[in-house]
Amino acid sequence: MHTLIQGLILGVLTGGVYALMASGQTLIFGVMKVVNLAQGAFVIASAYLAFTLFTKFGIDPLLAVVITTPVMFGIGVVGHWIFLRPLRREDAVELSILVTFALALLIEGILSVTYHTTYRSINTSYANKAFDVGGFAISAVRVYGFIVSCVLLLLLYVVLQKTRFGRAIRATVQNPQSATLLGVDSNRVKAYGFGLGIATAAASGSIFGLLFPFNSGSHYDLISRLLSVVVLGGLGSIGGAVLAGVIIGVVSSVAAVSWSPTWSEMTFFIVLLLVLLVRPQGMFGRVERGNL
Amino acid sequence: MSELLRVENLTKKFGELTAVDNCSFSVEEGSITALIGPNGSGKTTVFNLITGYLPSDSGKVEFSGSSTHGEGPGNLYRKGLTRTFQQARVFADLTVQENLIVARGGTLRSFFGRRISIDDRSRAAELLEEFKLSHVADLYASELSWGQRKLLEFASVLMSKPRLVLLDEPTAGVNPILIETMATHIRSYNEAGVTFLIVEHDMSFVMRVCNPVIVLDRGKTIATGDPETVQSDPRVLDAYLGD
Amino acid sequence: MKNATQSGASAFFTRIGLLRGGLFVAALIAMPEIFRAHWIWNLLFFTVLYAAMSSSWNLIGGFAGYPSLGHAAFFGIGAYAVAFFFKNTEILTNGWAPFFSLPLIGIGCALLALPIGWLAMRTRADVFAIVTITLLFVAQTLGYNLKGLTGGAQGAGVSRAPFNLDIFEQPFYFVAAALLLLAMGITYFVIRTKLGMALTAIRADEDKAKGVGVPTTGVKLLAFSVSVAITGMAGAVWAYYIGFIYPQFAFDPLITIAIVLMTFLGGRATLWGPVLGAAILMPAQQLLAYYVGGSQIYLIAYAAIFLIIMLLLPRGILPTLLGKRRLAALSQGARS
Repeated sequence: MHTLIQGLILGVLTGGVYALMASGQTLIFGVMKVVNLAQGAFVIASAYLAFTLFTKFGIDPLLAVVITTPVMFGIGVVGHWIFLRPLRREDAVELSILVTFALALLIEGILSVTYHTTYRSINTSYANKAFDVGGFAISAVRVYGFIVSCVLLLLLYVVLQKTRFGRAIRATVQNPQSATLLGVDSNRVKAYGFGLGIATAAASGSIFGLLFPFNSGSHYDLISRLLSVVVLGGLGSIGGAVLAGVIIGVVSSVAAVSWSPTWSEMTFFIVLLLVLLVRPQGMFGRVERGNL
Repeated sequence: MSELLRVENLTKKFGELTAVDNCSFSVEEGSITALIGPNGSGKTTVFNLITGYLPSDSGKVEFSGSSTHGEGPGNLYRKGLTRTFQQARVFADLTVQENLIVARGGTLRSFFGRRISIDDRSRAAELLEEFKLSHVADLYASELSWGQRKLLEFASVLMSKPRLVLLDEPTAGVNPILIETMATHIRSYNEAGVTFLIVEHDMSFVMRVCNPVIVLDRGKTIATGDPETVQSDPRVLDAYLGD
Repeated sequence: MKNATQSGASAFFTRIGLLRGGLFVAALIAMPEIFRAHWIWNLLFFTVLYAAMSSSWNLIGGFAGYPSLGHAAFFGIGAYAVAFFFKNTEILTNGWAPFFSLPLIGIGCALLALPIGWLAMRTRADVFAIVTITLLFVAQTLGYNLKGLTGGAQGAGVSRAPFNLDIFEQPFYFVAAALLLLAMGITYFVIRTKLGMALTAIRADEDKAKGVGVPTTGVKLLAFSVSVAITGMAGAVWAYYIGFIYPQFAFDPLITIAIVLMTFLGGRATLWGPVLGAAILMPAQQLLAYYVGGSQIYLIAYAAIFLIIMLLLPRGILPTLLGKRRLAALSQGARS
């Protein structure tokens, strides 16, 4: 029982981080109808960035978020401009998947040449500290990571609900044609929406680097998990992604302590298959039917 | 005359927006029925619901006496219910001729046959001839003009010899001569026994070609009747001119 | 513009098509005789093997527009299957025995692909991509963890092929060539039948395709399982050739990347495109390996080429050179 609750706590804390990463991914899908297969790679790139900032300049990764987020936002906007905007409309969806896939590989390649393939982790002073709460050992980094994730998700919520930019994004997600009629510049929204999605990757990268050892190839593992979260939550639904992140975090954590760590890695895939079997649009996704 | 299509209390919401609101109407077999209404009245959504592209929230649709609940567009196509789209959807990467042939609607086994059989060619040739598309038969559909695309789409849904054809704005963006051609085709197929349900904005077309006319406003049926009556119905005028 | 409504059905075989095919087969057979060196035979083997895999990927990724990003998973499954049936602790009397197991492996992979494919293709092409990417990762994980079956990180050995060392590569080359001809034969069949039209319709506008009665689920599943079967068989041949396999190489994302790139480079949804792509890329890769070494450079190179092709030449070399009209004529069996 004790281990179960421990697993539960761990699951919620980790789930929060997945929620943050997945929210960016699902936002990009909502705005552009494109599955960004490079999301994981951007997280890892950001983790490396935080790593460098920490080892070279001693900046704590959680504080580095302030630096990395705008940088990644900019990279996202530029990246969108170069790689995604030029795609011809008919093939756009099909090719976009492949383009983001290629982008992920490009990032992986660049990272592995720059940093080589040794596993890294960001070892701050509090990396091994753990809180004792009612008999449960809770790792400090996970708590901090969770708090920061929550703060950033809240920020994201505020941006989307209260700013004009956020409203434009939501309008585009709900109904691109009407949004254009209402004066929303769809290209701008797509570019900045993509940038925003990548910015969340930036923030999560710092946290990710604190929590897990990583190398340039880690994005495969990560993108598989993120995709499962996004599908469970429903493509395009940020609320869904958040909820799904926590759910999957809990499920895989409980699986790890109840069965084995190996099977815990499979939980993502099993959840994905179950969702497709039972409710393909996920918890909050709409039943998409192309252009009707 | 029997009801070929019957829509009862059909409802569909998109989040907070109720696109179709307890909508009911029926289409007589052998008629050319029009479905009109101001923008946003839910006409295309109704089409999507009838043809199985969207699931309804409540209500039912009956085609030829049996419920269409849970049936996908492919099944309904095989049962004789076909439709066109506002955007004149054709297969850009297939030639005009192939666009027709692929729409014959066979079983999986039939797709193992020759790409274009003699029978395919002659059946397609009939339609190509009729719609005056023979000279572009080998062009890719992406190379066609808008009007030609609309004709092609119309022709392709006739390949399976359907009983009910739903046309979504067949005259939109089409020149007057082509409009007349469309009208002629519709009438001649109607005489041969095909029933039509047409969403239209072009009132003169509706007046000339269709009877009866069903009027939708904000997802509800507000009037039904012959064109003249409906045209002077105050509720209809209100819907078009109001707010 | 010639009169389009020719009489007569579209041809299955044309004289010029048969000539081209015959020349190709002759070239395949003659190559190892003309170029007699081990490194060339090795290169030929890999080129032909990847051409076979690219051709088969083309069915689902090129024609149907459903990019499978996890094909390497089935490559690995085929590899481990052969390692399982022909363990390196056994001595092989008949060197061709593993090759005879190929059809079985192929069918096994195809059957495995059916439920996965059905689930993955239920909604849209991008969900399909999601499932296949995840599948690859899961397969790799299983490869590491099902130690009893796969030997885990230690790898698995395959019985040593008792072929004459002087011409060791040749039997493998010919089997790979046979796989290529099989893949091309199937592709040819697809193009010359309505299946090709159906796949193209699905790629162009799947909802519309459903709406005109195309049996989309059946056609997609067919393409996927056939494609997977050939990839699995290729994996088996590879494992036998290499002799010892590890999870990170059997389930290597680079394999997927290579075959996707080869298909798009040469021209997806064409018969010869993937073959052309393999013929260009494989030797280039070997050259790169020779001069630069290290797989990380591959990654950047592949990714960069990939992006350039996607953005500048999305239809690939062949369609760009030939132009759409001629391709259409070819597919309808015109006597060109």
